Amino acid sequence: MLTHKHLLGLENYPSKDIQAIIDTAFQFREVLDRPIKKVPSLQGVTIVNLFFENSTRTRISFELAQKRLSADTVNFSASSSSLKKGESFKDTAQNIEAMKIDAVVMRHPAPGAPLHLTQFIDAVVINAGDGTHEHPTQAILDMMSLQEKFGKLAGLKIAIVGDILHSRVALSNIHGLQSMGAEVTLCGPTNLIPSFVEDLGVTVNSNLDEVMEWADALNVLRIQRERMGSALLPSVREYRSLFGITEERLANHKKEIVIMHPGPMNRGVEIDSQVADGGQAIILDQVLNGVASRMAILYLLCGEKPEDGNA
Amino acid sequence: MNQKQLLDEKRLGQTIIRLSHEIIEKNTTPGDIALIGIHRRGVPLAKRIQNQLKSIAQIDVPLGTVDITFHRDDFRERLVMPQIKGTEIPFSLDGKIVILIDDVLFTGRTIRAAMDVLNAFGRAASIQLAVLVDRGHREMPIRADFVGKNIPTHEGEHVSVLIQEVDKKDAVILTWDGE
Repeated sequence: MLTHKHLLGLENYPSKDIQAIIDTAFQFREVLDRPIKKVPSLQGVTIVNLFFENSTRTRISFELAQKRLSADTVNFSASSSSLKKGESFKDTAQNIEAMKIDAVVMRHPAPGAPLHLTQFIDAVVINAGDGTHEHPTQAILDMMSLQEKFGKLAGLKIAIVGDILHSRVALSNIHGLQSMGAEVTLCGPTNLIPSFVEDLGVTVNSNLDEVMEWADALNVLRIQRERMGSALLPSVREYRSLFGITEERLANHKKEIVIMHPGPMNRGVEIDSQVADGGQAIILDQVLNGVASRMAILYLLCGEKPEDGNA
Repeated sequence: MNQKQLLDEKRLGQTIIRLSHEIIEKNTTPGDIALIGIHRRGVPLAKRIQNQLKSIAQIDVPLGTVDITFHRDDFRERLVMPQIKGTEIPFSLDGKIVILIDDVLFTGRTIRAAMDVLNAFGRAASIQLAVLVDRGHREMPIRADFVGKNIPTHEGEHVSVLIQEVDKKDAVILTWDGE
């Protein structure tokens, strides 16, 4: 059904497959509205959630998606694992696979770790975030939320605002949105926009007001607190005044701009509370669509085993 | 490929009217009836039965639709992208007499899956099954309460139900390979 066995990233991912996932995800939204929110689609399928890095919402969203599809799940987090005892990544993975599992959902701090994993296990691998590389399921739920709001993705003008350099959400969104025919502009401090992005065919503009004049929707990235006060982000107040989505700034633009945020939010830094809780924000729709999108991804990837097994 | 028309537009319409009469005759509390059409062709059939119940007995019964894709038991054998039409049951099934409606009853697997979907929407007082065609060859212990036409088929034969709303014409056609 889908071209690839795994979901590692959206770079060069076929647009027809992205659309198929989004279309299926809308069908799962209906399941989430039922009094009993569970279907037997993945009965007998075993999925391991391998989290080598902390995560709350992505892990909960995946776990809910798995339970609502009736899959059996095992959770693993690095802090309580034998990695602490010095076992290698490869040994951990091969040991888990020896226990007969069908799919692995993995978050790892190293870019490329999910691809590495596919080289020594047979199970389906789904990337739940690999360092600063990609976070494909987040981008798919973002695109689903945009399609829900606008009815289409082609021709939409989407701005991604914030720390692009460290953001896997940004990179997956750029690849996904471009493949679906949307236009992407990046906005943020110049030192937090990597130089390679212009090769991806996106526009860079560090004037937020100009970007807001242009955009249909803003995807506001989280400013990671651990980077605040460092040489990269010397002042939180300065960041807020230049790149924060404040109530005043939003009010200055007559156009209805849709506001998105992948969470968790730093209220009062990259986004004001009034904006986050306001009528233009679709942040909680993104959370609900996250469960539906992950159900669609698991359903389409774990439902059958392709013969050729190409990644 | 050979084919033979078993029901034309007029006979198909009469069959739907008879099925509607039978549904009212069997159920003495028509106010509790809810119709559920199974995608795809069960849905327009259910709408027509809903209209008939209104004109025959002046009762308005709620109508829902069921898509069984997520409940199929053969998902590991699928090769093509599923065409999902969506389940829409905007009312509770608690205490309802549910009439499940489909075009053809064959192995019974679709009906099993549809009953599985219905369970997620409440506890119906009873579930009854109405089909336009029963072609036999059951693989599960399921039978229909209301049957438009029994068509005993052989291996290699196929029954196609065509419905105006989906196929631009009404007909039931039997096709088979060879001479």
